[in-house]
Order: sequence, then C-alpha cells, then structure tokens
Amino acid sequence: MSIGFGYVPPEQIIKDKADYARKGIARGRPMVVLEYDGGVLFVTDNPSTHLHKVAELYDHIAFAAVGRFSEFENLRVAGITLADIRGYQYGREDVTSRSIANAYSQELGRIFMEGSKPYEVELCVAEVGSGDTPNALYHIGFEGTVNDHKRFLAMGGQADELNAELQRNYGEGIDLDQALRLAVSTLSRAVQSGDGGPASGRLEVAVLERDRPRRAFRRLSGDDLNARLKTGDGSG
Amino acid sequence: MRDPVGGLARFSPSFIDALREHAPELLPQPGSVAAGQQMPEVPHGTTVAAIRYADGVIVGGDRRSTEGYAIAQRDVEKVFPADEYSAVAIAGAAGPAVEMVRLFQTELEHYEKVEGLPLSLEGKANKLGQMVRGNLGMAMQGLVVVPLFCGYDQRRNLGRIFRYDVTGGRWEDAEYHANGSGGKDARATIKKRYRHGMDREIALDTLVEGLYDAADEDAATGGPDLVRGIFPVVATVTAGGYQRLNDDDVRKAAERVVAARARGEG
Repeated sequence: MSIGFGYVPPEQIIKDKADYARKGIARGRPMVVLEYDGGVLFVTDNPSTHLHKVAELYDHIAFAAVGRFSEFENLRVAGITLADIRGYQYGREDVTSRSIANAYSQELGRIFMEGSKPYEVELCVAEVGSGDTPNALYHIGFEGTVNDHKRFLAMGGQADELNAELQRNYGEGIDLDQALRLAVSTLSRAVQSGDGGPASGRLEVAVLERDRPRRAFRRLSGDDLNARLKTGDGSG
Repeated sequence: MRDPVGGLARFSPSFIDALREHAPELLPQPGSVAAGQQMPEVPHGTTVAAIRYADGVIVGGDRRSTEGYAIAQRDVEKVFPADEYSAVAIAGAAGPAVEMVRLFQTELEHYEKVEGLPLSLEGKANKLGQMVRGNLGMAMQGLVVVPLFCGYDQRRNLGRIFRYDVTGGRWEDAEYHANGSGGKDARATIKKRYRHGMDREIALDTLVEGLYDAADEDAATGGPDLVRGIFPVVATVTAGGYQRLNDDDVRKAAERVVAARARGEG
C-alpha cells in the first residue's frame, strides 16, 4: 500500500478532532446537575431567556446540554421524537433514559468518526425515579462516550474543577434550596474574575420532580427562583 | 440550488410529520375493504355533549358502545384530556376514534416540547380537523369518527367548543353541542335548559339530563346505570385546566334527574 504525500495517521485525526471539540466546549458556560431529596436539579448560567439548555424529553426524563446551540438543539428535537415515537408505538413506561442516552451515544459517536467536524456538545440525559427507584444521570461526551453518574455532575467549561468542588461540598439528602445554593456557588467559581458571577436573572433553572403523576419537568424562574435564592443568602 | 424555505419546512414541530418520516407504518392506514363488501360490525360509541358555562366548558359522554344491535361495552369512556387545557370527546367507530385521540394527544405534547410553548386553542382545533379529514377514506366504509373538541382559550379567557363533520369541516359552537347517535335528543334537552353564564352545578345537571334524554330516545345510548353504578364521564376545562369530575358528583346529578322524572317533572 502506498502512502500518499498528505497522509495523516488515524490517531492524529482523532486527536485533532477531540482537541477541536474540547476547545469549543470549554469556551461555553458550564452546567451543573444535582440530585436532591425530591428529584433532580439543573442549573446553568444562560443569558438568554428563550434559548434553553435544559428541556423536557418525556414524562420523567429531561435533556441538558452545553456547547454549540445549533448542534444540541438538533439533538434535543431528535430525542423528543425518539421518545414520543417509542411511547406511541408501545407504552409510556417503555420510554427510558437509558435507551435515549444510548441513542445519543451512537449518534455522537457516528458524527465524531464520520463527520468532517465533531459536534462541540456534551449532553446529560436525566431521569427521576418514582417511589423507591433511584434517579439516573447519564453524561454523554462529544465522541459518544456514556457514563452514568450518581449524586451530581458538572459539564462544559472547567468541568473538572466544578466536579471536584461538588465532590467536596455535596451532602446526601439535601433539599431543593440547599441543592440550588450549592449549584450557584459552584458555578460562580467557574466564572472568570470580573464577570460578576451568575446573577439570578441569568440563571436557567429546572427540576424533575419525584412523584409527580405524569410530566415531572418544571422550570423555576422569576419570583419563585428569587425567593429560593434569597433564603440561601439569609442562612448561608 | 436548494430552496431555503423548502429546506426549512423539514423542521416541523408536528409528531405526525415525524411519524411519516421515521415510522409511516404507525400512521392510521386507510381501510382496505373493497367496494360492495360489507364492513364487519365493530364497536361504536354513541352520545357526547359539551356546554359552555361561566368558568369554561363542561363535557361528558354516556358509557355505552354497541356492535350492531348488541351492547359491546357498558363502561366505555369517550371523554379524554387532549392536553392540560383541552378535552376531546368521541362518537363513532370506537377503535379508530381512540387511536385518533392517542395520536392527537401525542401531537399536542410533541409540539409543546419541541417549541417550548403549547399550540393555541385555534391551532389545536385545526389540527384535529386535519386528522378527521385524514380519516375520510375509513368514514366512507362506515368507520366514521366525529370528535367534539373543547378547551379553555387562555389568550381569550373563555371556554370554546368545536365540532367536526366527516370531511374535516370544523365548526365552532358558542353555547353547546352534542353529537353521536343520541346527539339530536341531547341537544333538544340542552337547548331548553341552556342559560348564558350558568354555574357549574346547573351546567352539570343540564349535561346529565341531555345525556339521559339521549338514552331515553336512542337505543344505542346508555342511561345512568343505578344497579351497576355506571354514570356518564364528565370533565370540565377551565382556567385551572382539565379536571375530571368525581363519580360521586355525577351520580348525584344523575339521581336528581331520575328523581325529577319519577315525580313527573322535566
């Protein structure tokens, strides 16, 4: 086999793609996902009130993403479509976060290997349990790797520092207000000095609430969110 | 060059479009009964009615389904939440009707999740009309599905009622409507009792009495079954959303109607 002048070894191609994706993701604002006693909390610093990074996928399942909006928006809609088709074809309880996370993993892996440019996104697919069933938090990387997490996960720029910070401060059985305070204080560490930290008006906050009869996803904003953050100021 | 607008049309928030692209075999299929062949008897739902009242809309249906002259089921449900702020009540061939409701519910939820906002009530009513029109082929073979759609219009702050014909024609009723085999009889009663802006209790009695008269005149409509404790399914849609009335309230309303008739009133 002759090797052409422009030959680049596959290791190099993969390394270049991964570096490219990592750089793109690191530029974006991070996201924190936390389990609390009544469900799963999502917090991110998002200056837009209309272009969301957290969204409902199905009854007990939500989607969270960091990175390039146009790319994860496509994946969000594809995930909703997958879930709705499955729920329509079989039954509502047959839609699981595991199968959606797997589908995302396959798709991102395919794009990473075959596409001319990898997606600059990281995703989290979370499912809130009901009764005694535990929650599920899946983290899907830009190259399609899936990991399931317990308790918390941070993704996006400075994810390693944020995960270390959460590891130090996370306590079992925290309630929603405590989880919210922890998320905000953790995120403010990531903000470059001079940026002022995430103000409540720029926070995107959503929860999957345990033991809701059907659709568990709910956004927290406005007065409700401000009141919860104020409680935090008083006691902490 | 690719037409940019045609390209954008791919980004549809419609679940039906998604099915057409990814799983067309799941869409309702036009029937395949050849011309002149007899359609086998299948269960048919009978009478449903909706009335506008002070807080929104009240909607209900009797519990009987029939196959020809036989009773197919005594406790069938014909009133369903379409989403948080709307309801759909079905009369006609029960199988395709229930499937149409399931598809409609998924359609509304899919749109809401993709767009981040629910459809307007007008938009929901139009979508249902398109689905009824899609069923025209089946309707020609005897599997008619005619839903009654109602909901609370959050932009106009009022309850609204829409009825359909088999061609997908969509007609709004400002006060009340009833359809199905006993629809005409139910309408006759509701027409006499209807008052603009009546409260929930009177609206409930009016609705239950309408369904009672439908059962009285129409063999395919079931009346309140005091022996088995089966009463109409009734729901309200108001600013607070869809709410199914508990059986006890409906039972009391049915008992009031029966007692009044026994006394020779009404």
